[in-house]
Amino acid sequence: MEILRGISVAHGIAIGEAVILDAEEFRIPYRTVAPDHVEREMELLDHAFRSSLQELADQTQWLGEHLGQDAANVFDWHIGVLKDTNLRSSIEDLIRQKNAAAAYATSTVMRNYQRRFMQMTDPLLVERIRDVQDIERRLLRHVLGETREDLAHLSKPVVLVAHDLTPTQTAQLADTMVVGVALDSGAATSHTAILLRSWGRPGVIGLNDVSTRVSGGDLLIIDGVNQLVIANPNDQTLEEYKTKKAEYERLAVELEVIKKLDSVTADGVRIYLWSNIEFPREAAIGMASGADGVGLYRTEFLFLRPEGAPSEDEQYEAYRSAIEGTRGGTVTIRTFDLGADKYTQQKQYEQERNPMLGLRSIRYSLQNLDMFKVQLRAILRASVHGDVRLMFPLIVSLMEYRQAKMTLHDAMEDLEEDGIEFRRDVSVGMMLETPAAAIQVQDYCREVGFISIGTNDLIQYLLAVDRGNERVGRFFSASHPAVLRVVRDVIRACTKADVQVSLCGEMAGQPVYTLCLMGMGLRHFSMAPANVPEIKKLIRLATIPYAQRVVRRALSFETDWQVTNYLRKETKKLLPDDPI
Amino acid sequence: MRFIDVASKFQSSVTVTNISRSSESVDGKSAMHMMLLEATMGSVLRVHARGVDAREAVDALASLVEQSFGLNPTPPTD
Repeated sequence: MEILRGISVAHGIAIGEAVILDAEEFRIPYRTVAPDHVEREMELLDHAFRSSLQELADQTQWLGEHLGQDAANVFDWHIGVLKDTNLRSSIEDLIRQKNAAAAYATSTVMRNYQRRFMQMTDPLLVERIRDVQDIERRLLRHVLGETREDLAHLSKPVVLVAHDLTPTQTAQLADTMVVGVALDSGAATSHTAILLRSWGRPGVIGLNDVSTRVSGGDLLIIDGVNQLVIANPNDQTLEEYKTKKAEYERLAVELEVIKKLDSVTADGVRIYLWSNIEFPREAAIGMASGADGVGLYRTEFLFLRPEGAPSEDEQYEAYRSAIEGTRGGTVTIRTFDLGADKYTQQKQYEQERNPMLGLRSIRYSLQNLDMFKVQLRAILRASVHGDVRLMFPLIVSLMEYRQAKMTLHDAMEDLEEDGIEFRRDVSVGMMLETPAAAIQVQDYCREVGFISIGTNDLIQYLLAVDRGNERVGRFFSASHPAVLRVVRDVIRACTKADVQVSLCGEMAGQPVYTLCLMGMGLRHFSMAPANVPEIKKLIRLATIPYAQRVVRRALSFETDWQVTNYLRKETKKLLPDDPI
Repeated sequence: MRFIDVASKFQSSVTVTNISRSSESVDGKSAMHMMLLEATMGSVLRVHARGVDAREAVDALASLVEQSFGLNPTPPTD
């Protein structure tokens, strides 16, 4: 039994066999073969070794001729390892003694070696792990040949283990039998994490080396509550987790009932719960989870496809489909938040030294006005189908906001000239997600239709923490007293100016902050659809005066851990049986 | 990987221990095992050979290490 600690992206517990997805997307299932098939597996292995060596011989010859002997020598060690009788016989032993499939035996033995390299102290030797991985992949490519399976064709529930997943890969999980995910890399607010959260199944990320510590077929427990991954649990642990999982499923049944109820506090105050979505079809998922509308539609996910930038008509169809999925509720469409970590494959700008402070978001749109206008036209055209609001991300100065609005007016005039129908009175607002905008909130309140607080970026810029950097990601905290005070001041200023304010960062979907935000006067929350029922349950148990008392106390603390402990304690009082 | 190449020329079995790290002894003819020795600059290695050409094997490997890395090998055993 091995216990690994990481960052949880979604609550709940998953139990299943591990499937390792590496960069080349090989799936190495634990598989034994019938005794009379052992010889065939041995032949397969022999074929893999011979083909790999042949491939390397060709490769080194080519390298020697074209790039010189030094380049060719790089693979000397690979050749040496493949000729190594020790290695070969440990794989063969596993096949003969355990009837293991050749792919599984190869993967297991190679991963054992990777683990030993990982424990070395010399950094140069640790780097050899990449060579061991390379050799493993080469062998597996020949063992598996054309028979490699992809995730869409799983025959039973599995836990997916990988170094990292791209947002595109993550988006595809929805249609698979993957019940949980464990990743080496990642921080809680990366886009992969956001997608995993909206997917809703248990996941733990930031585990550093889970993909080399675990072999395909190992039994894994993903504990999203305690942020743990347990490999090959003993019987007692497994039983405990089966019980916990059942409790979780009971809670899910309870939430099924709650999500259909009104989102009203115990003292009768209406709180609006909206969903954050990446894809149009999620609008309907949000409504089914009990949301009142869409508070944040991240349109840049239209770029996550191989075909390139979406056309005006494609965008119009996507927006219209999200609006229809919301069935009359409000839909808040955010214009493209491209650049930084959300990179478009087509517009390959020169790599920026500091992309988070670079050409991203509204800056990117304002420097690519043709693309921006296409999007604005598509949103305006879709606006006739429902209660659409439009917002601009990452505003740092009033000039930016005014320039964006001017572009919107240009788009309106163009549509008018073309005789195309749209809503002229579409509500226009901004994301408040920079310290500059927070400080000037009163100025913005005179010009904007609404404000949506984006805490993910706001916290990143306030605390100077790169949320995607696993070495400092833990300093990223919504409980930081500076963050709480800024959020309070913004809510207060908007309320005073009678400008509708909502909050659409991860903070809105975390029960531990619900009382605090309600007490500050927030009435519009926007979160991943999966979080809606739990937040609604909490809201229905709370009263505004109680929430106000909680805020006063929370704001009196000087450090984030005091705040977190206090808020957790208060939330636990209302939800004693739920994992917070 | 000249060490393995030289070791493999002999019929005798060759095992190597990294005395500096008090490691387990590994097969001197195995590329993977030799890497796992973590023999970095300044490590003291003990080379052990058993078989008909054991003496020649140890001598050859000792002089290889001496020439290649400019270090004094430990006195050969066996």
